[in-house]
Amino acid sequence: MDGASVSVRGLGKRYGAVRAVKEVGIEVRSGEFLSLLGPSGSGKTTLLMMIAGFELPSEGAIRIGDRDVTYVAPNRRNIGMVFQRYALFPHMTVADNIAFPLRMRKVAKAEIRRRVADALALVQLQDFGKRLPSELSGGQQQRVAVARALVFEPPVLLMDEPLGALDKKLREQMQIEIKRLQQRLGVTVIYVTHDQEEALTMSDRIAVMRNGSLEQIGSPTELYDNPATPFVADFVGKTNFLEAVCQSCNGTGLEFGLGQSGFIHLKECPPNLPSPPRPGDKMRVAVRPEQIRIFRPEDSDSPPLNGVIEAVIFVGSFRTFLVRLAGGELVHVQASTDHGIAHPQEGDRVGLTIPSQAVQFFPERRP
Amino acid sequence: MRAKPLAGSPFGGRPTSAREYGPGLSLLLVAPLVLLLVGGFLYPVGKLFWGSIFVPEATFANYGRILQEPLFLLVLWRTFEIAFVVTALALLLGYPVALAMARVSGRTAILIAACVLVPLWTSVLVRSYAWIVLLQRNGVVNNALIETGLTETPLRLLYTQGAVIAAMTQVLLPFMILPIYSVVRNIPDDLVRAARNLGAGSLQAFFRVTVPLSLPGVTAGVLITFILSLGFYITPALVGGPGTLMMSTLIGQQTTELLDWPFAGALAAVLLAATLLLVIFFRRALALNKGFKLG
Repeated sequence: MDGASVSVRGLGKRYGAVRAVKEVGIEVRSGEFLSLLGPSGSGKTTLLMMIAGFELPSEGAIRIGDRDVTYVAPNRRNIGMVFQRYALFPHMTVADNIAFPLRMRKVAKAEIRRRVADALALVQLQDFGKRLPSELSGGQQQRVAVARALVFEPPVLLMDEPLGALDKKLREQMQIEIKRLQQRLGVTVIYVTHDQEEALTMSDRIAVMRNGSLEQIGSPTELYDNPATPFVADFVGKTNFLEAVCQSCNGTGLEFGLGQSGFIHLKECPPNLPSPPRPGDKMRVAVRPEQIRIFRPEDSDSPPLNGVIEAVIFVGSFRTFLVRLAGGELVHVQASTDHGIAHPQEGDRVGLTIPSQAVQFFPERRP
Repeated sequence: MRAKPLAGSPFGGRPTSAREYGPGLSLLLVAPLVLLLVGGFLYPVGKLFWGSIFVPEATFANYGRILQEPLFLLVLWRTFEIAFVVTALALLLGYPVALAMARVSGRTAILIAACVLVPLWTSVLVRSYAWIVLLQRNGVVNNALIETGLTETPLRLLYTQGAVIAAMTQVLLPFMILPIYSVVRNIPDDLVRAARNLGAGSLQAFFRVTVPLSLPGVTAGVLITFILSLGFYITPALVGGPGTLMMSTLIGQQTTELLDWPFAGALAAVLLAATLLLVIFFRRALALNKGFKLG
């Protein structure tokens, strides 16, 4: 089966005075895995419901392939969907659940039997056809839901936080399985989640939603390395935010003061700023915890940033240091666990450096 | 005859409290109810049935009389016929109401709930007299019919089988609506959405998902309504005439007017046996406990 493109243009939804979705435009390419990522109330589920046809948009248009489906009934859209709580029919066996979309399409009986068996094999549940959904585990129910959504070979598959009810280990396993299935079948997937890790793991592109608007859309690395707004920087991965003032800007680079804590020196102008900053401009500086280098003060003459370690959190493959800077800011620094080297301890004085390319600047919002 | 607890939860459930209360305490807790049932129900009913066979001497003559006189079999048949029609009508009228109650919210939901519950809280006597006011010779309905020119002379509406069926349906409707509502309300919206998404039109989604999942509520409602209508006394006695005599009225006559307690006992035994048989058959026929759970 081939995936279809999904085009959402100027889509909006009002509930009385509340605007749940505001002028969202997204072009999903055919065969793409696109995640809608955002906190609860960001409008991602409402957007999905409009694509599925359960909610009618107040404005804008939805196209699947070259067909306008904005006002088409949900049963005529030919979209597969996996619901948050699977929504398996409790009074039908697993096989009947999977056969349901085929029966609705008046597929011949022998053909139905063959395709249900294929779908069960696809999700490795060959021997479970005769059981009721209530007799399956959460992970198995999830697979039945996927099989049911794919058995009629829809060009587009919508998934509404499908892994939310599973425990961490199973969730990670299902993430890989779903991704593999999607790549094998070439179906276009629109995947709603509030879990940024899940979105980063599975997606070709991620659309970050906030308060009903599209905040940024891009590949996982684009979003992680070049977040367009402080919200994206904060929501996708962990980020330290520091308040800084531009001190000098000339041929040798940029220098930002962090008050008593020290300064940040950059060799070139950061890429995400429209114009070079002028001395005196206030900025928010975002730095990923794993991009800050931590070392003992005696290893350097004058480290740009100084602080004291308040706590060390051991997470196995890496450890996180909570460093209190001289000016009072708390910075998370993440370092991989090197064996055989003495690590800084709680209470140690440390120096920090931040590489130029690791820093994101956001102009301070004017009050 | 008034509100019994709605027959067992349609979803069943395991007694989770079994581990917390020992057998002694459990027996103690049910003792008052057992005493009440034995003293207030089993003993008098048993005595009535005993009397139907052994008073004044051991004989099945009372039962023979029921079988020999066509009147009694006719009344029994009519009772079941009326109960059946009333149950069917209540289901037909009540199902959409239960569905609407479960789907709407806010003011409309409160309004519908009030329309269902206020009659339930009103005395059956009052509601039966209300039907007399409506249906009598120069009552509201007849006046309206004459005013609109549909008929010249007032129709005989009261004391007919139609009147009994209409009044009983109205009185029993809440007993049909409430169990269905309590089940339909718990059907997740996502199931109907899933059906639509998978290609079912709204009617197909209704008949293939909503209806089968509401069957436990329908069974409960149908059983309660049917059993209540079999033993209905006040309403048929007030709005029905001699031509619509039902079992309970007949039994009433035997005990209060003719003082023939043994024969009344025989009638009651036949009614009870027929009811039990029908209920068992009904449960089997619908075969509703397929063992699925919602949610």
